[in-house]
Amino acid sequence: MEMTDKRTITVSVNGTKHTKEVPVRITLADFIRYELGLTGTHLGCEHGVCGACTILLDGRSARSCLMLAVQADGHEVLTVEGIAPGPDALHPLQEAFRDNHGLQCGFCTPGMLTTLLEFLGDNPDPTEQEVRVAISGNLCRCTGYQGIVLAALDAAKRMKAGRA
Amino acid sequence: MSSPTTTIGSRITRLEDEPLLRGRGRFFDDIALSGMWHAAFVRSPHPHALIKSIDTGAALALPGVHAVLTLDDLAKIMVSRRMTRHSNSGMPLDKCWPFALAPGEVSYVGEPVAMVLADNRYIAEDAAALVMVDYEILPFVADVRKAKDSPPIRRELASNVITTYKVAFGDVDAAFAKAAHVFKRELWQHRGAAHSIEARGLVAELRQADGGITVHASTQKAHDLQQTLTTLMDFDQDLRVAAPDIGGGFGAKLCVYSEDVAVTAAAKLLNRSIKWTEDRREYFTNAVHERDQYWHLEIAVDAEAKVLGVRGKLLHDTGAFTHQDPNIPYNSASTMSGPYIVPGLSIDVTIAMSNKTPVSSVRGAGYPQAAFAMERLLDLVAHEMKLDRAEVRRRNLIPAHKMPYKKPLKARSGAAMEYDSGDYPACQAEALTAAGWDDFPKRQAAARASGRYLGIGLAHGVKGTGRGPFESGLVRISRTGKVTVFTGASAMGQGLGTAMAQIAAAQIGVPVENVTVVAGDTSGVSLGLGGFASRQTVTAGSSVHLAALAVADKAKKVASHILEAAEHDLELAGGEVRVVGAPQLNVKLGEIARILQGAPGYGFPAGVDPGLEATSMHRMDSLSYANACHVAEVEVDTETGEVKILRYVAMQDSGVLINPMMVEGQIHGGVAHGIGNAFYEWMGYDDGAQPVTTTLADYLLPTATEVPMFTTLYKETRSPLNPLGVKGVGEAGTIPAAAALISAVEDALSPFNVRIGQVPLTPMKIVEMIRAAKI
Repeated sequence: MEMTDKRTITVSVNGTKHTKEVPVRITLADFIRYELGLTGTHLGCEHGVCGACTILLDGRSARSCLMLAVQADGHEVLTVEGIAPGPDALHPLQEAFRDNHGLQCGFCTPGMLTTLLEFLGDNPDPTEQEVRVAISGNLCRCTGYQGIVLAALDAAKRMKAGRA
Repeated sequence: MSSPTTTIGSRITRLEDEPLLRGRGRFFDDIALSGMWHAAFVRSPHPHALIKSIDTGAALALPGVHAVLTLDDLAKIMVSRRMTRHSNSGMPLDKCWPFALAPGEVSYVGEPVAMVLADNRYIAEDAAALVMVDYEILPFVADVRKAKDSPPIRRELASNVITTYKVAFGDVDAAFAKAAHVFKRELWQHRGAAHSIEARGLVAELRQADGGITVHASTQKAHDLQQTLTTLMDFDQDLRVAAPDIGGGFGAKLCVYSEDVAVTAAAKLLNRSIKWTEDRREYFTNAVHERDQYWHLEIAVDAEAKVLGVRGKLLHDTGAFTHQDPNIPYNSASTMSGPYIVPGLSIDVTIAMSNKTPVSSVRGAGYPQAAFAMERLLDLVAHEMKLDRAEVRRRNLIPAHKMPYKKPLKARSGAAMEYDSGDYPACQAEALTAAGWDDFPKRQAAARASGRYLGIGLAHGVKGTGRGPFESGLVRISRTGKVTVFTGASAMGQGLGTAMAQIAAAQIGVPVENVTVVAGDTSGVSLGLGGFASRQTVTAGSSVHLAALAVADKAKKVASHILEAAEHDLELAGGEVRVVGAPQLNVKLGEIARILQGAPGYGFPAGVDPGLEATSMHRMDSLSYANACHVAEVEVDTETGEVKILRYVAMQDSGVLINPMMVEGQIHGGVAHGIGNAFYEWMGYDDGAQPVTTTLADYLLPTATEVPMFTTLYKETRSPLNPLGVKGVGEAGTIPAAAALISAVEDALSPFNVRIGQVPLTPMKIVEMIRAAKI
């Protein structure tokens, strides 16, 4: 296979289907950022450690820097742009980040949000320690994590209230 | 509705947050321009070598590759091949400034040798791997302690020692002669690198409309970058630097780097927009470090453990080039006495070069090393004299009644080092109470009875904040009544925009969300110094405050004519100027802005200048000294060397707080950085000067499971030096952290009588020390 080989893929991103011919070696992160122009997904290390590029693939968190776009063919991707219910409202997790000072520079934030979205779906009533373990694969240099942990715990409450 | 009393000091949520939470931030790498080329760099694999030849043939033959440039190509449009920056310290740095690309000789692993330009980053990186460089390997310096007696790290240098100097005051030798006790300690300190989660990079945009260039760079110093590039390439007014959103800085992005110069020069040379996005490996080898410092120290105390003097030597590794004056060791030596009364001090500083990545500021810039050195000495005094560590501090802290307190030293600016305000003993007392210091021996004894090793430690830090001589602040109100603030300060995550909006809104009487802040754009305001040294709330805050006051005064003058009321009967609120007590008598700020924009040939209000705007470049010649006292409680696993932080109290006095929520966030992040420095972050090199920690799996940043919940406490001692009474925040959380944590670990390991003189202290080192002690 040549590096310049291309394949046509169909990926659903935030509910919109995209059919595109892509180089086989392009990462999913670069596809999302540069082919689709959804630049909310960030690249911090490009080797799978920092977690900034985390997206949800069929509802499960994945490092979009470690996946090829062709591997997402036929799958559903959720990026940070798809979290809010609409232009006038934020998701309770986003509100909790804002209200608990869960972000400073905002570069790690997309990966924190996607990771926690999956986690709170699995564990709607987590302890502080469980939240810490859940985000231990996401690096943040600004916040010391406290605002993020508090935001996640607050979001769990808000999401529970929303379901009640 | 915001009012002066509710705007400043309130925990309002940040203006920056919603776009960032929606993925609508705009970082440099998000900028896509049609026809833009992408750069990748060919980098040196050797610590020191001659470049005998560069073969670009295979790279240029790759489809999608447009050019491969070396220094000779860039030099065609450059005034100088290297960054001829001004040495403010007077140090001989002519042969220490970096080149745009390697000058036929490389002097550290990672140094950029050639630049490939291609259709995309994939092709550019493929091509970079195809550029064949023939090197002749030369002797190198891998250990700064051998620098003095080794061949030069670059052939142009006569010596690897840049300079030696003494930082001294008082009669130190007399102090040591009369001392009841003298104790000695050797230290190795290392702080790793800044590691913002966004690495470096820039887009040099060729503007279609006028042919000028706009550089969108992830920089902490937009104006410096603009001025440096302008000088290097003889740009006139057609070079603008506009910092987009910045994904963290922490010091490393305040330097102008070779890549900044090379990318901009290539855009000018080839008439193309060019983007360069750094990868993390490049960040490891090229973004500045705060690497090794070796300290040899002695402390002299009287029979009551009062410090009489400190003396010693400090050897500082500054790497292969200097991006700016190597001020870190001066910061370290000159601020070592911190919050304490130290009658005499003498530190012999040596700054030497090595064949490693250049060294410059990382959050704290030499102050954390100073605090570590002093606090380690005081712990030694307490240990040797069998005194409580907190008691030793209490006896030596500068008491509140001695404020302002003059240290017999000068700050870098040449101004006297005078602490403006603060109450260090009270800060310590409150921090100790919150941490349960007095009860700790009971907790410790109970834990030891069950085979667990608990320890507690404390440390102080003092930070000179608000480094001048000024920061710019321009406040402008448009016909819509909306307010825009322009500043040369840099927004890199601290919430600068929200803070400046709070300060401006307080005087102008508009909701905070009606204020837009434009930071780090050279087209917005002509001068600026940028974001570093915990300076912006003090400097930019003061300028924005004064500019907003001037705008408010101007608005009142105009409204006074319209409303036929005296100025002192007017107030600004709700986006208008009103008569106090008769708010139906008002004029909107947008209307005043319209009047002050002028109508050709018609009348203009008397006694005011055109424009509802004002600029302030408030001079700041003295630093405002913030202080912190940290108490940490840890548990050490003596089998694995793991340290768990059980409790962490951070007391901080940063004067008046503009937004306590944001201040808290800065402290949390600062302490987390200190935790990294204490236990995890080590930028390693092998004996061949090859970097060995070039992924985030090898170089460990603290994650959420290593960082505890912090208790933050505040004192708000006003600074008398600025109109807002503020002091800086950003670095004070980092400065005492490693010292407090290592003190706690040493305390936990007291049954083994382990003495710790290094950071970072890895688990392996802890186990090794315990084993050595047992033998």
